[in-house]
Amino acid sequence: MLDMPEWPGHRAGQHVDVRLTAEDGYQAQRSYSIASAPEDDRLAITVEALPDGEVSSYLVGELRVGDQLELRGPIGGYFVWEADRTEPLLLVAGGSGVVPLMSMIRHRHAAGATVPTKLLFSSRAWEDVIYRDELERLASAGDGFAVIHILTRMQPEGWTGYTRRVDAAMLSDVGWSASAMPASFVCGPTPFVEAVASALVLLGHAAPTIKTERFGPTGG
Amino acid sequence: MDDVMVDGNALAGELSEVFSQEMTLARVACGSCGAVEQLGADHAYTRAPGMVLRCCHCDHVLLVMVRAGEQLRVSLAGSRWIDL
Repeated sequence: MLDMPEWPGHRAGQHVDVRLTAEDGYQAQRSYSIASAPEDDRLAITVEALPDGEVSSYLVGELRVGDQLELRGPIGGYFVWEADRTEPLLLVAGGSGVVPLMSMIRHRHAAGATVPTKLLFSSRAWEDVIYRDELERLASAGDGFAVIHILTRMQPEGWTGYTRRVDAAMLSDVGWSASAMPASFVCGPTPFVEAVASALVLLGHAAPTIKTERFGPTGG
Repeated sequence: MDDVMVDGNALAGELSEVFSQEMTLARVACGSCGAVEQLGADHAYTRAPGMVLRCCHCDHVLLVMVRAGEQLRVSLAGSRWIDL
């Protein structure tokens, strides 16, 4: 959570660039999606610690409350959703790809929007599901938001949900049909996003209605 | 090659240092195949020595940004035009 003096405000789905400068002047920069809603008081980014991530390991391991960070942003207008849009919303997340989508979900809730919204969220195991409790709470609010969890590696006993990777059959079963003209946002690792976007096109969704945000190899 | 493709959206921060407008919604015409896409929908490679934007249809290089010290070189030679 970051206090941002003179922050101009952001739109759901945007990111920030975080720059770290070492004492010897070496600089490293990474992009992180904003997790908080535009309506929230403070800016939240969610950082996954990666084993070799020179920036993420600092942010997760070394950063202390009160430390200052150099940020550039808010950035991007392409992968953005506003609560006054009326199309059904399909959000598809792989792992920490859920972060910018969470900003949209929080924005939707804070703005009192009721557009039918589905989140297909692929995680490795139940323990790895980011924002699990908050998502359950929001999904039980009865305002048209539903979460479909997919657990690809390990499932709790008695799990009856999906265990395979997101494919066209799954999107056809639990997503919106192309005829409903939904807006789709897909975020996750590059191969995940490729597979989901291709499957949506296969199902007849128009390419311009599918917005993607690929992570690349790692966030670092 | 450990440089994996991401979206044009990933160049937004660096582009904001060059252009006064938010660029991921700008429409870019490919200098090779002529396809027109929003910059955010084209493909980006950010871990090269510079940052490269490629056409999402034919892979043609549309834009290159290379930083050397204080100098930032921007090439748009691969784009036919950009609509802001």
